[in-house]
Amino acid sequence: MGLQLFSFLIAGVIIVAGALGVVLSKHPVHAALFLIQTLFGVAVEFLVVEAHFLAAIQVIVYAGAIVILFLFVIMLLGVDNAEDLSIEPIIGQRPLAALSGAAIFGLLMTVIFSASSGGRITGEGSVSLALDATDPTGEVLPNVEQLAQVIFTDMVFAFEVTAILLTVAVVGAVVMARRIPGALQPLPEVLPIGEFSTEDQGESTAVAATEEGEEH
Amino acid sequence: MLTPTYYLVLSALVFSIGAFGVLVRRNPLIMFMCVELMLNAVNLTFIGLAWGLNDIGGQVSVFFVMVVAAAEVVVGLAIVVAIMRRRDGATADDLSVLRG
Repeated sequence: MGLQLFSFLIAGVIIVAGALGVVLSKHPVHAALFLIQTLFGVAVEFLVVEAHFLAAIQVIVYAGAIVILFLFVIMLLGVDNAEDLSIEPIIGQRPLAALSGAAIFGLLMTVIFSASSGGRITGEGSVSLALDATDPTGEVLPNVEQLAQVIFTDMVFAFEVTAILLTVAVVGAVVMARRIPGALQPLPEVLPIGEFSTEDQGESTAVAATEEGEEH
Repeated sequence: MLTPTYYLVLSALVFSIGAFGVLVRRNPLIMFMCVELMLNAVNLTFIGLAWGLNDIGGQVSVFFVMVVAAAEVVVGLAIVVAIMRRRDGATADDLSVLRG
């Protein structure tokens, strides 16, 4: 058994165990911790096939930012009360959901094994840069440089659009998480430069918490 | 010998678990986490096929998926915060109207 396959299987077990933990744990904080386990497992799977940059991003953005954002919201709302999993709100919901999950899995497996003949999946790449592409001196390009080469040439428009998307997401999050007492309040008056308003020091910490995870 | 099919099978498994979680759980935060599981399953597919087909395109797609996932989580959690502020301890069953 190759080292690659061995690492894949170990990380696979970690991922599946974490995923089951997310779904089955009563407490939201436990679910968030199991989610970290799964995300680290996925980062290992990325490393197994030498996607080094994405493995680093997976740890920084997912485990570092997104799960922390989840934990912030859990703590902020005080939703640390465990859910009673023995209550089934809709009769027959769980068996039906299990059936749907199994059906999705069966469908995907059917497609996977009918598409791959003899364990090999063949096809043509869409972006014209192979993973073993070389630079003019004949050395294989590092993963980060390959990604940069595609993102900043072929995909540069999509890359710029993501900048707009992130800005819109930040503004949307601030607007929605604002604390509005009663009806809509008029916007605060603009003070001349040099004067500071002392009123709105205690603006909602929710906004700060929501923005926190956005920086990455 | 590791082949992309292993990645596809693992990804199908994680995706199904995530879908099951979204259908079963009532806490909106945990439903979000299950959506993250499903997004990660898709990322695994992309990475496995990028490796199998020897093409960096799959990795570029994962990069964009991650950006969109980050934006989605921020907006989604802002909505959850806004709803929870109005009604404490709301579950997904209570959220049947669009206005808070």
